[in-house]
Amino acid sequence: MRAKRPGYAVFAEKGIEWIIRLCGISAIIFVFGIFFFVFREGGPILWEKGTDFRLGDFFTSTDWYPTSMENKRYGILLLIIGTFTVTGLSILIAVPFAIGGAIFLSEFCTGKVKEWLKIIIELLAAIPSIVWGFIGITVINPLIQSWFDVPVGLNVLNASIILALMAMPIMVSIGEDALKAVPDNYREAAVALGATRWQMIFRVLLPAGKNGLLAAVLLGVGRAVGETMGVLMATGHSLNNPYVKLDGSFNPMWMFESCRTLTATIASELGETSVGSPHYRVLFLIGIVLLTITFIINLTADLVVKGIRKQK
Amino acid sequence: MTMHAEASPTPVPFVVNDAVRRKMKHEKIAKGIFATMIVLMLLPLIGILGYLVSQGAPLISWDFLTTNPAKGMTQGGIWSALLGTIWLVIVSLCISAPMGVMAAVYLNEYARDNWFTRIVNLAVVNLAGVPSIVHALFGMGAFVLFFDMGRGILAASLTLAVMTMPVVITSTREALGAVPMSFREACWNVGATKWQTIWKIVLPNSISGILTGVILEISRKAGETVPIMFTGAVFFKKIQEGDFFAYGLNDQCMALSMHLYTVTTQVNGAPRELPFAVATVLIVSIILINSTAIATRAWLRSRKKW
Repeated sequence: MRAKRPGYAVFAEKGIEWIIRLCGISAIIFVFGIFFFVFREGGPILWEKGTDFRLGDFFTSTDWYPTSMENKRYGILLLIIGTFTVTGLSILIAVPFAIGGAIFLSEFCTGKVKEWLKIIIELLAAIPSIVWGFIGITVINPLIQSWFDVPVGLNVLNASIILALMAMPIMVSIGEDALKAVPDNYREAAVALGATRWQMIFRVLLPAGKNGLLAAVLLGVGRAVGETMGVLMATGHSLNNPYVKLDGSFNPMWMFESCRTLTATIASELGETSVGSPHYRVLFLIGIVLLTITFIINLTADLVVKGIRKQK
Repeated sequence: MTMHAEASPTPVPFVVNDAVRRKMKHEKIAKGIFATMIVLMLLPLIGILGYLVSQGAPLISWDFLTTNPAKGMTQGGIWSALLGTIWLVIVSLCISAPMGVMAAVYLNEYARDNWFTRIVNLAVVNLAGVPSIVHALFGMGAFVLFFDMGRGILAASLTLAVMTMPVVITSTREALGAVPMSFREACWNVGATKWQTIWKIVLPNSISGILTGVILEISRKAGETVPIMFTGAVFFKKIQEGDFFAYGLNDQCMALSMHLYTVTTQVNGAPRELPFAVATVLIVSIILINSTAIATRAWLRSRKKW
């Protein structure tokens, strides 16, 4: 005979299950909530009358004068250029080291050394961005000044170094996972054919693990695009197109020019705007632009990883 | 390579000839190059952190931790910032840790493998990738303005909670997934319900992974600056020294990360060591918290019975 559970126990179990379900879908609620509330603050600028905002100029104009007395202009092209310049350079710096580090961790190192290296990398990944910004000002700034003999060390190069240092630990640990996922019999087959480790890595391991490594790089890009405090402090934060000299010609020293990014602009200006003003709404609109960029990057990374799983 | 030529009915002994020697040399060079890369990556980082700590350490004392900033933040300690960070972490942990664990329980134990679950997974991945500044905008638009909480510890903590929940979800899921299916089956076979199985068998057996996730979440919350900047943190606030409950739930507060930003970029005339000391407190506490996570994980893993 089946023992019956008391009614309240059955009821409590149902209740708990519903709470769990609700928490389970909370991630969806939050993602939609983020879109909704950011758009709720920023969207009205698109249809409000009597503002100087023009959607056409928003992406294509280099004039960012949100606080001028008359003829306010909201063009974020310079900010987009700043964000992509800093991100691109930082990825160029970080990728060789990160992939080299991932290969070393997964192929050459075993036991205690590996364990300790992974612990150090994990700890470095936890250093908050504000500390990186502080490092940019106090350590990298004087180094750049003395090495490259430039008057100011807060520039594109400084921010890129900071971002590269921030992104590397994450890229190494994800990249190592990707290489670990390459089946061992690939390696054994290569070695059995007489390949050296060097050949094995370049002819077998990297081609087999390239999707995972690409995902690692993409997540690094996502992190670099969204990074705020570090770049706010390290770029110098002046409204400037690093590629163009004052006379309009190409500037070969663009690495040593200051620039401004999308994220840093929001962080530095939001505190000074009044709620509901056009400037305030435009800053939220920049938030939507950022959200869209990072969503595309993350979705691509996710699809790349899914691609690996399907192959197996 | 020359072995084929000497092929004979008896097995050929392994000889170290030129080809093998060359191969071994290549192997060493390869290892050397990759080792250099990782050393080049890690050494500067450790060096920089060591430099910061060495500059800041002399200023740190018990007094520094327990007195308010004074004279336009050029003197005094960091008490109100330290306490603000502690309260932000505690309040937001109370929200995000249970929610995150339950979300992971749902995804691992209840959800079927269908399109809806895939969307939830995608949402978790994307939530983890949303830039912190967008979380700040969300916190301001939702908690401060729409739900009308005003700027304060509660709104800032909620923003931090939404931001760091993916950390707990991901690590809890991994831990739940590592509990063998046979444990659950055995429990169901003696007549336990789904929730009883989860409560008595699955959660206790995955506690190490859950704890790791929660501790990592703490360190993440403690270091964030942007999400609290517009939702509850202020540049300066004086509070009762020595009173752990000096902040109310809806009070604005100072925070260590924000204080580092302030004394680095906004304050003139502070002694050179002051920002270094604030940075040191932040770095050391975050490394301590994360080391606890690593130690917990190692300790509980060594006690695992399967």
